[in-house]
Amino acid sequence: MSRNFSEKDLTLALAGCLRQASCELPEDVENALRAAMKNEAAGSLALSILVTIVQNVELAKTQQQALCQDTGLPAFYVSYPQGLSTRRIAACIEHAVVVATEAGYLRPNAVDPVTGLNSGNNLGTRIPYTVFTESDEPEIRIDCLLKGGGSENVSVQYSLPDSRIDASRDLEGVRRCVLDSVIRAKGNGCAPGILGVGIGGDRITGLQTAKEQLFRRLTDTNPDPVLDDLERSLLERSNALGIGPMGLGGNTTLLGVKIGTAHRIPASFYVSVAYMCWACRRNSLRFPL
Amino acid sequence: MKKYLQLPLNEPDVRALRAGDTVLLSGTIVTGRDMAHRWLTEEKPDALRPFLLNGAIYHCGPVMVRDKDSWLCRSAGPTTSTRGEAYQADVIREYGLRCVIGKGGMGERTLQALGDGGAVYLHAVGGAAVIYANTVRKVLTVFRLEEFGVPEAMWVMEVADFPAVVTMDSAGNSLHRERTVRAW
Ligand code: SF4
Repeated sequence: MSRNFSEKDLTLALAGCLRQASCELPEDVENALRAAMKNEAAGSLALSILVTIVQNVELAKTQQQALCQDTGLPAFYVSYPQGLSTRRIAACIEHAVVVATEAGYLRPNAVDPVTGLNSGNNLGTRIPYTVFTESDEPEIRIDCLLKGGGSENVSVQYSLPDSRIDASRDLEGVRRCVLDSVIRAKGNGCAPGILGVGIGGDRITGLQTAKEQLFRRLTDTNPDPVLDDLERSLLERSNALGIGPMGLGGNTTLLGVKIGTAHRIPASFYVSVAYMCWACRRNSLRFPL
Repeated sequence: MKKYLQLPLNEPDVRALRAGDTVLLSGTIVTGRDMAHRWLTEEKPDALRPFLLNGAIYHCGPVMVRDKDSWLCRSAGPTTSTRGEAYQADVIREYGLRCVIGKGGMGERTLQALGDGGAVYLHAVGGAAVIYANTVRKVLTVFRLEEFGVPEAMWVMEVADFPAVVTMDSAGNSLHRERTVRAW
């Protein structure tokens, strides 16, 4: 069955989706920030930082301006029904990225690593990053993620066993990797953050799995009770480390930990941590056909 | 209590600031991040001197949109400062800076230069970019736009009541020193 769609309509809808992603923090993240305020002492720097963050979230939404200036390298996860041209969808995505950049909702972030030149429109080699998956739904669904460089820089991949942190190939080893990553990030990457963790896989699928966890709502539960337990205990332990908002001390270091797995090869055991700042800008477009 | 600071700043006023103080900064600031710091260190361009002497450099790569002949600042939160650690002390000395604005704090070399020159590090909240963009009254000029691109260019902007917290002062205090934490 061949299907058709209007490229203009999809481009416009997607440009709108990017604007909203850039200007409006997802509700679950905003709620988590507000809830965190109750855990910080009156008069503390931690509380004043959280208040500033929440004020900024409100301002960005009412003024429709990019809530953080670093809109990252936009990533798109597309599901589409059988028979649709992924090349045409990719062209719409590129066009929408250019439109959103010109309008000031995305910062031009694509820099040639050799010449140092910024392409100016967020297009470049392997940018935007797009993943296509065929689905049975009669719609195009595009999930997008804007993840800034500060948080990307503190993302990290461990190879177990890791003698630096005495971590072996078991869940305790995984725990140590995750906590070590939180300590190493300190406040960089704009704490409070959200961790996407990938256990297993190879260098690529491990980090992909980690990053994909960032699409999960903070309020969800992991269907695997063992991982759900680990998510909760890591969140609690991280927040007891005292790192706090922006690393300046406090009880709110993370807003969530989300863990996924991928099968590994016997020789490798990776633990991948995709660190996301509080500005976890994700959005989803459903485009019926 | 909030302290109002008007740029250009004089040394005694800056030396009186202490880590933990909340300030509202007004006047002309200049953005500068990775490429800019390297440029300032290696080529020492004179064109920036009038803006940086007793002034403030802001580690920030803003979102700017063109508005006819001028520019509007739409989003302008801080970027991670430590990436400039190799250059910052030299830039403070060379250009006579009074404030370095960023996020995450800086290292011992910068702390030393703050003390030697009489300057402070001001911490802005990462991601709170609309709050800071709203303090921009006017974009005065820009350096190296073509070469560096929008985020890395040096934007000269007039701000009013830019809120920040002193986290490193000229007396050697830093709120960013390593906290020794035991994770497990
Ligand atoms: S880490 Fe996140 S909040 Fe901080 S500057 Fe980067 S994108 Fe913005």
